[in-house]
This record gives sequence, C-alpha cells and structure tokens, in this order.
Amino acid sequence: MARLLIRNGRVLDPSQDLDAEVDCLIEDGFVAEVGLDLSLEGAEVLDAEGAWVTPGFVDLHAHLREPGQEYKEDLATGGTAAVAGGFTQVACMANTDPVNDDPSVTRYILDRAAKESPAKIRPIAAATRGLEGEVMTEMMALREAGAVAFSDDGATIMDSAVMRRVLEYSTLANVPVVVHAEDCHLRAGGVVNEGPVSTRLGLPGNPAAAEEIVVARDIRLAALSGAHLHVAHVSTAGSVELIRAARQDGLRVTAEVTPHHLTLTDEATTGFDTSTRVAPPLRSRSDVEALRRALADGVIDAIATDHAPHATYEKEVEFTEAPPGMLGLETALAVCLELVREGLLTPIELVRCLSTNPARLFDLEGGSLATGSPADIALVNPDREWTYDPAQGFSKSRNSPWAGRRFTGRVVATVVDGRLVYHHERGVLIR
Amino acid sequence: MIGRDVLGIEDLSRDDIELILETAERMQEIGTREVKKVPTLRGRTLINLFFEPSTRTQTSFEIAGKRLAADVVNFSVSGSSVSKRETLLDTAKTLDAMDPDCVIVRHKVAGVPHRLAEVLEAPVINAGDGAHEHPSQALLDLLTVMEQKGHIEGLTVTIVGDIAHSRVARSNIYGFSRLGAEVRVAGPPTMLPADVESLGVKAYTNLREAIEGVDVVMALRIQMERLAGACFPSVREYAATFGLDRAKLRFAKEDAIVMHPGPVNRGVELAHELADHRPSVILDQVRNGVALRMALLYLVAGRPPAGEVAGEDIAPGSGSAVVAEGGR
Repeated sequence: MARLLIRNGRVLDPSQDLDAEVDCLIEDGFVAEVGLDLSLEGAEVLDAEGAWVTPGFVDLHAHLREPGQEYKEDLATGGTAAVAGGFTQVACMANTDPVNDDPSVTRYILDRAAKESPAKIRPIAAATRGLEGEVMTEMMALREAGAVAFSDDGATIMDSAVMRRVLEYSTLANVPVVVHAEDCHLRAGGVVNEGPVSTRLGLPGNPAAAEEIVVARDIRLAALSGAHLHVAHVSTAGSVELIRAARQDGLRVTAEVTPHHLTLTDEATTGFDTSTRVAPPLRSRSDVEALRRALADGVIDAIATDHAPHATYEKEVEFTEAPPGMLGLETALAVCLELVREGLLTPIELVRCLSTNPARLFDLEGGSLATGSPADIALVNPDREWTYDPAQGFSKSRNSPWAGRRFTGRVVATVVDGRLVYHHERGVLIR
Repeated sequence: MIGRDVLGIEDLSRDDIELILETAERMQEIGTREVKKVPTLRGRTLINLFFEPSTRTQTSFEIAGKRLAADVVNFSVSGSSVSKRETLLDTAKTLDAMDPDCVIVRHKVAGVPHRLAEVLEAPVINAGDGAHEHPSQALLDLLTVMEQKGHIEGLTVTIVGDIAHSRVARSNIYGFSRLGAEVRVAGPPTMLPADVESLGVKAYTNLREAIEGVDVVMALRIQMERLAGACFPSVREYAATFGLDRAKLRFAKEDAIVMHPGPVNRGVELAHELADHRPSVILDQVRNGVALRMALLYLVAGRPPAGEVAGEDIAPGSGSAVVAEGGR
C-alpha cells in the first residue's frame, strides 16, 4: 500500500471547516486520515512546515489549446502549469481546432490528458456546433464522453431563442451552461473598458453594459428554463447586482471571477501593453471593489483563471489586433493572496473559492480532504517570496501582465491522486 | 530634449511646450529665405514611418527635415502587422538596424508609437496614433494661436466635431489646458467619448452655447464615409447642427479665429466662406506646421552641443526634461 504523510502543515479544508495544524495521511491515492499522531509506518513523508495544506485547486475556466493550437499550449504544458499553480483539476474551454463540439474531440482531449497532463482535465464542450450560436450540440453524448459543462465562451450566443433552448436542453444532461456575457454588437470593436481610460488612450471602449445586458438576459432565460447558469469571469459592478438579485430569487445562477479582474484596473493598459488586453476588459476601480465584496459575501462562488496562452508574436502587434487573454494558472494563488493580506478573505475562504466551491459547481470530485476523497492536494507557503518570470514558467506562452512581479506566497508542492507531481525546488516530478 | 521621444502632449510639461514653441518661432524665418535650408541636421537620417497614408503630415515632416538638411526617408506600410504576419517589433528592429536618428510614426491604432519607442534606439515622434494623440498638430495649433493672439493663458477654445475619434482633439485639450486656456468640446452625444469631462474640459451638445464668447473655434474633420448613418444621421443634418458658418460664429468673440486641422470637408464642418477667408487661419496652421516640425526635429534629433545651428539666433535646446523615456 502506497502511503504518504504530509506533516507539520496547517490543514485548510473548507469542506469540513477545518483549519488546524494537523497531519494528513494518504493511502493509495485517497485521503485516509487527517489528524495528529498518525502512523508513520511505511509512509513517505512530505514536510509541510510553514505551509498550508489544502485540497487541490479547481479551475473552471482555462484554454489549453489542444487540439489545434499546440503552438500556444498543449495538455502537457497546460497541465504542468496547472500543478505548478496548485491546480489539480482544470476545466478546459471548447474553442480548440477542431472545436470540442463532438464526443470524439472530448474523448481525444481526455485520452491525451491521461497520458500527458499531471493535472486532471475536465473538458467543457461547446453549447452549439462550431461555436456558431445556431445548432445545439449533442449534450447527452458529450456528457457521456466526459464533458462537465457546456459553453461557447467568447463566442457569446447572441440569439436569445437559441440560448433559451440550450439552457432548457442542458437540464436533460444536468450540467451547467457557462456564459461569457458580452453583447458583441454593443462591444463592437471595443478593446478596453469604456470610461475615462479609453477616452484618454483613444482606444475603442467596451462598455460595462455590453456584459450586463447578456447577464440580465441569461438570468431571465435561466428562470424560464430552470437551468444552471454559470456566469464566467464576471467583471462589472452591475453584473454583480444582477447575479445577487437572481440568487435572492432562488435561481440556479453561479459565478466566477478571475484573479486579474480582482486585482487590476483599466489603468494597467496605460502603457498599451498588449498583455493587458483581455476579454472582458480590465474594469474600473469601483468595479474591482464590487467584485471583491461579491467574492467575500459569496455572491461570486469561485475564482477561475481564464488562462489564455498566446504566442509572443501574436501579442507583439497593435493593441486592437492582439488576441485577448492572459496566462493565469501559475500566478492565480500568488495574486489572490493579496486578498488575504488585505483582510478581504481568510485563508480558508480563499481555498473555498479556489477549490471546494468550483468542484461543487461543476459536480467534480475533490475540493475536500475528507477521508475517502481523492488525494489532490496543494501545499502553499504564504510567506515565501519569489519573482514570476513567464520564460521560466511551465506554460508555452508568456503573455502575462505580472511578468517580473515580485510575489509573496507561492505553491510549493502539489499532489495528485496521492503522488507528488510538483515540488517548487525539484520541479515537475511526474508527467 | 535631445534623444527623447515625443509621444504625446499629455507627457509634456508647460516648460517643454514653451521651449518647442519658442524654437519654432525662430524656425519660421528659415522658410522665408531664398535658400530655405540650413545645415543643422546634415548627415542625420530621419525615417517617416507611415502605417496609414497622410500626405499632409508626411510632407510637412519631410519638408521640415529637408530644410534642416537631414536625409528624409519615407517608409510606408499598409495593412496591420497581423495581415502581414510580421510583428510591430519586427518592423521596429528592421528599422533600427538601419541606424536612423529619428523615426516619425503614424498609425491608425493608438499606442503603436509607444510600443515602437520601447524597442527603437532612435527617438520616436508620434505623427498621430489612432484616436489618441497627434502632438505636432497640437503644437502647431498652439503656435498659430500664439501668433494670432499673443498668448494662450486666459483664452477660451472650443473644439467642435468628432471628439471621440479625434487624436487632434485630445492633443489640443492637453496642450491648451497646460498653457492655461479653458477648453470646451462640442458635438453630438454620439461623438463625445465616455467621461470626456475627465479630460478637464466642459462638454456641450449645443453649438451656440459651446462657442458663446470664445476666442478660438476649432472644427474637426468628420469621417463622412465611416460615420454617416452611425454617429449622425446624415451629412446634411450634421452640417446644419454642427457646421460653422458666419451666422453661427457671431456668438463667439468678435475677434475669434477659426481653425481646422485639414483637409476641410467644405460645406460640412465649415461653410465655404469660412474655409477660405479670415477669421479662418487654416493656411497659417499649415505654414506653421513646417516650422514647428523643424523645431521638434532639431530638439530631438540634434546633438548637443549644436556645432552648426540653424540661423544665428537658434540656440541649442535648453535640455529641459521632456516626454516619456527615450529608446533604451
């Protein structure tokens, strides 16, 4: 029997409201026991002195680019970047080439991931064929193949009747529909948040209303259909209020927010750095504050990265021509620790947003260190200082606004199914 | 200013602007000589890097460079870098390898000169980037108003038209404000950018109120092809509501002047009679553009101490700190 004992750490398990300096014993890939004075017999020991021991993080939103855009990322590099960031499960978006709108593509991703990725990969399938917003996909077959949610992500379904049918039909498969809320007509060519910054920079603005219109519409359609609507990367104060009201009305509406929307404002674009071009755009200070409050009071359930790798040459172009998106998997924890230091979240609340809640939203295993759970674990040293250099990272791409940033706190080790897959000094241990 | 980039008026101090205007005033004389050339920038190479066509601005910079005896090379690129599968940085590095002494950049997207300036060794002058800035235009406008009014401080200036899509508007807002003028903007709500008053101006949608008692009215060119039907219903309605003619101009001060960055859509932004005659100063603007650009090139691409100066009384730049960081 393979045994691993994680000793001397501070165990943070939101699923049991556990925050204690106890040990964690793993047997054959599952959590056997969390407590004091556990038997060392035959166990490999991992010393977690000074570290938090948390259920592995679960990312509901990443672009891993395989199949079709392996020059940006693939399941090996994306999965490795994930475990280096403490993520043991990653839901990957359907905008691959070919699009993940067919069970064969879903199975291909899962087969490749099983061989190549140290993190568990959970494909999100397209909601409509080819992400074209017209004909819905075979949701039952896709779920059977392993899809955990449906989404056209950045290709927001603009036809309300199609979105209604997608939501209705999704109740048959009983998995959430994820919406990237953005009215493409109102957005037009907008590339930065519309407001004083877009006016000063002379870049086309993308108004908050472009997001809020679709959030409002889809909440009404969720009410009509009874479906589980999950709002991706909420970015505006107005969206937060719509979601808050929907939840008060008892609708199945959940939401995620990205580390960048929680910590950066549109002022970051002042130097025209294309790594700050992202969809939805970085918003105003008051939006950021509303998102933080919503995360703290539970209106927003989860932190998701929207990890979106792009090749350097694709970003070294005009701001308006640069593809939107930034890396996120390797920096999410470090960026979000800022919220803990500011007193917005307790450590266990942060872990809930990164692990327990997202696992629950997509009905995934994990997010817990309760006995019998899969031993997917992240070790976080909240005090260790380090400098992020994308060139030294595990992603194939380098498009990060945090390049060169000095961080306090990092993931020091990651365990998947009881195996140590990443250690910050020893690197990637298992692929 | 030697070696510094001139990317926008927003980055210039009042001292910087005054230095440029004073230098330009001295450059004006060169254009009146029989031999319109001085050896100041002899042996220097200037590249006009124009990603979008602009005959006027490009010609103005070219003449300015040639009057200072520089070698001026026009490098025109059409289409976005994406369509050519070449990055902007590739373009910049290619140019850098040719060792220019100054690169003048025009691009339809905001921020491109700024990104190029991070890579290029040579100083970069922004000749217009998207709807962001057009610093040499604003400086020549300041020079023209200075010439006409004797001062900027205390004047009221109204900019009329498509403020949202105008780099000329933004640069002039910064320039006139920095020198102590009050700036107003006017246009249909569809052409006023979000939170425009955050730029420190008063915004109007009524032309008469906007020009009431002002010293300077600046009309902007509207892009009729692109905007008619989108930002205003028809050219006829725009001309009737926001076009300037003598009757409307009566609400401005009696000695108010009319400016336009050109080229004028006759009968749209400006009535014929205003485009051609006083109080319009459009041709003065064009003339001053050459002197102003000579001053910029001299201040940026000259080398201290200026062994050869343009005219007896042109001193080397006082070296005041200017603009964003230069190339590294």
